[in-house]
Amino acid sequence: MEGKVPTIPLKKTRRKMSKTSLEKKEARDAWIMMSPAIIILLLIAVYPIIRTFWISLHEMVLTDPSSGYPFIGFENYVKIFNDQRAMDSIVFTLKFTVVTVFFELLLGFGAAMLMNKAFKGRGFVRASILVPWAIPTTVSALMWKFIYNDQYGLFNDILTRLHVIDSYQAWLSSSSGSFMALVITDVWKTAPFIALLTLAGLQMIPKELYESAKIDGANKFQIFLNITLPLVKYTVIVALLFRTLDAFRVFELITVMTGGANGTESLSVYAYNNLMKFLDFGYGSAMSMLIFAVVFLISLIYMKALGNKLTDF
Amino acid sequence: MESKGASILKNTLFYALILLFLVAILLPFVWQFLTSIKPLTEIAAIPAKWFPSEINVDFYKNVFTKHPFAKYLFNSFIVSLATTILSILIGASAAYALARLRFRGKTIMLMAILSISMFPTISTISPLYLILKNLNLLNTYAGLIIPYITFALPLSIWLLTNFFSQLPKGFEDAATIDGCSRAGIFFRIMLPLIKPATFSVALLVFINSWNEYIYALTFMTKDEMRTVPVGIALFPSNYELPWGDMAAASVVVTVPLILLVLIFQKNIISGLTSGGVKE
Repeated sequence: MEGKVPTIPLKKTRRKMSKTSLEKKEARDAWIMMSPAIIILLLIAVYPIIRTFWISLHEMVLTDPSSGYPFIGFENYVKIFNDQRAMDSIVFTLKFTVVTVFFELLLGFGAAMLMNKAFKGRGFVRASILVPWAIPTTVSALMWKFIYNDQYGLFNDILTRLHVIDSYQAWLSSSSGSFMALVITDVWKTAPFIALLTLAGLQMIPKELYESAKIDGANKFQIFLNITLPLVKYTVIVALLFRTLDAFRVFELITVMTGGANGTESLSVYAYNNLMKFLDFGYGSAMSMLIFAVVFLISLIYMKALGNKLTDF
Repeated sequence: MESKGASILKNTLFYALILLFLVAILLPFVWQFLTSIKPLTEIAAIPAKWFPSEINVDFYKNVFTKHPFAKYLFNSFIVSLATTILSILIGASAAYALARLRFRGKTIMLMAILSISMFPTISTISPLYLILKNLNLLNTYAGLIIPYITFALPLSIWLLTNFFSQLPKGFEDAATIDGCSRAGIFFRIMLPLIKPATFSVALLVFINSWNEYIYALTFMTKDEMRTVPVGIALFPSNYELPWGDMAAASVVVTVPLILLVLIFQKNIISGLTSGGVKE
């Protein structure tokens, strides 16, 4: 009897100890396995972002090293809000983001609903919509720039044949024409991305749910509202997150199609011009930190909507 | 119950919509292809002449003789391939730890990696430019591969973590009992299991690197070091817009991608969807 009393807790402690040391070993292994990635990302992603912020607090025009690049606090940030060209680019970027993402969602979701039915040639349709997504944006921008050409472009040709317009238009010479052209090109290239992700989400909805809803006498609209929409919601939000971030950072589409003319200069394009054309690293860095902050904010808003759906493993 | 007439109407409408959708997607490619084989005079015809009277291959010759387009393709291929291999090698072990091992701070690590994958290229370009310049790495392959890792590595880790976490729980326990080390489990059991998924991730990383523009434009300033997206965007000079050459170059770039997409459709879609969709 006497000997038994201590043996039980002893066993327990031993088991506990071995478990915690196993856990410790597991955690240690995890950090070892992650360390190459962590070190690399700290060096080439985190450090540059901090350095960009640091540069943005200085007057640093590379063509004028005699200034000694003095520290000026947040002056570069204040300058953004007194710079009409910067404000115009912010307004354009926001307008472009909202309009393109709206149409991409509308068309992408519609296309996904269409493709969710089994029909002959679905594989072919699905493969074709991957192609616009896969080609470089500069290639799609060049293709569409030629389509909008004022003299021998396809856009004028088709619209004239359909009697939508009486005479050929110089689409890329006006502000509204350029905006429309950019939006159409971006939607053409990226609505398929939303369609594909949404389709994948739709196909994960169990068929039984639809069947039992039908038995219960739900109509098509009710089924869509109460089954399809809630179950595909998170997939669509993720797709929207990626699209909103990309649209907000729009760069090569603009440089290739309009070069930023006619009020189409996006924030990224203006920031890039400040950095690499005017070599005003201080001001350009402040602008790119602003982009970083907005991107961060957009992500936070979407993350909030997603809850822990993204990182819950 | 629907009448037969109504269902035929519905079917016609359905296929009409699908057709409209397909035409909208494919027409720009068709037009670009037709432009690339037209004689020069027919490109500039008003009203547009859709089909060429004879096939002209001069623009394709121009692409490879007037511009170092073969070199662009080679550069893009080297940089994208190296980026893909490196980010998968480094990313797989991190992803395994994130998906299968228990440790504190996992959610924070995942959030950090997701945040880094969203870093705008433009926000890191000025310090990276200064660093690469100081290291004499501008206009070198390494000078583009290193910045590419900034978006390729978080993407690889993110996607691979998803794939690793889909493997059944307790898979490694049997191996642990058999006395397999962590490295043994990782290399001999886990890596072979996610081989097909790794291929999906590799395709996505490769396509992303192949299409990248801002870094390539900034860090490769010599013509013979340019990649395809930048090279093609700089075809137009101040004096002329060589539409025929640009059309031919677009076709040269697009055809391999069409083949890639047709052959690996399933892999690409599974890679794309694993980033966000989870059940």
